[in-house]
Amino acid sequence: METLSYRHTAARRAAGARPMAIVGVVASGNLEVLVERVLPGSDCQVEISTPVIGFAKVWEAVITDFVERRSPGGLRLSINDGGARADTVSLRLAQAVRLIEEDGR
Amino acid sequence: MNPPTDGRRQSPSWYESAARDRARLLLDAGTFAEFLGPEAREMSPHLGIFDLPRQFDDGIVVGHGKLAGTPVFVAAQEGRFMGGAFGEVHGAKLVGLLRAARDVATMPVLILFDTGGVRLQEANVGELAIGEVMRAVIEARRAGAKVIGLVGGRAGCYGGGGLIAGTCSALAVSEHGRIAVSGPEVIETNRGVEEFDSKDRSLVWRTMGGKHRRLLGGAELFVDDTIDAFRAAAIALIERAPAFDLAMLKAEQARLAERLKRFGKCADGLDVWKQAGVDDPAKVPGMPADEFIALARRIGEGRHDAR
Repeated sequence: METLSYRHTAARRAAGARPMAIVGVVASGNLEVLVERVLPGSDCQVEISTPVIGFAKVWEAVITDFVERRSPGGLRLSINDGGARADTVSLRLAQAVRLIEEDGR
Repeated sequence: MNPPTDGRRQSPSWYESAARDRARLLLDAGTFAEFLGPEAREMSPHLGIFDLPRQFDDGIVVGHGKLAGTPVFVAAQEGRFMGGAFGEVHGAKLVGLLRAARDVATMPVLILFDTGGVRLQEANVGELAIGEVMRAVIEARRAGAKVIGLVGGRAGCYGGGGLIAGTCSALAVSEHGRIAVSGPEVIETNRGVEEFDSKDRSLVWRTMGGKHRRLLGGAELFVDDTIDAFRAAAIALIERAPAFDLAMLKAEQARLAERLKRFGKCADGLDVWKQAGVDDPAKVPGMPADEFIALARRIGEGRHDAR
């Protein structure tokens, strides 16, 4: 297993008040993203656990793009990867932020 | 599945839904609360040894909520994570829920099965988990809690999951639901393709599928593949599931003996259906859910105080 961790400062704090949300499933070509509103200010952290070794550069590019597009300030995103492609990862990250920004619990 | 004709929203497919969505949508809106949710990160201590990815909830969602106003416990397996298989943590979460049901004694438990059985990477602890869950189901039932199994997921209900299903107070199954102990590939591997051809999907479904289980009497209700249909079935089964006592066990034994007498010589599901009173068994696999439910109700099984 490879574990990767990226810290960013987003442009602004994520909307909404839900404390956490989860999307996806750990299956072949898929992943789960657990998102928690636990960081101060516009800090953002992404932690990845993947069985596919050697793709740190791709992860870094996908995460950087995600932080720019979605501005997930205040959020910690934890990923259990099942060998997902970069586009699937982008989709799940966007879904996770969308879900935690929704109203209600 | 029939398209909606009266303008109401269509209930989502049970088969297509994720475990957490099944649990949430099955219960009254806004009442589901999870125990040991994904944020607790209670994950398998074994999968890392095999360099396999873990899941934050170890493939099972447990919690409580209300069903038509009645407080219930609920557990939902995620069939897409390692085939919904039982590992140490996965099993322990279900055992904990059932022991809570035993102690409370009045709250029914809904188990949303979606499992291939024991997770091979956690073989020993997985097998122990199955034994502990079966004991916990019986203890909960003895204390007065009804334990209802709902089967209609991707992985079916196989291996130890099939054994646990056999200990429940009542079962509801959909067309997609399959209930058995040894799965098709397992039988073929051990006994040869002449005994069971796992590639023959029609054979698989008429041996283990939802319609067969309903006609054989292994499942109390057959339901369409929607969350609303499973919800209605769960409400109905909580209402009518028998108490756990000596009279029920005797009735159950009598029912199984009768079943063996009636169907023991049948070589195929088609023979069983014919014997059960279906005029044209060949039509059963292609029959829409509503037609099949009407047929099953007509044939029924004698009313016993058995499951």
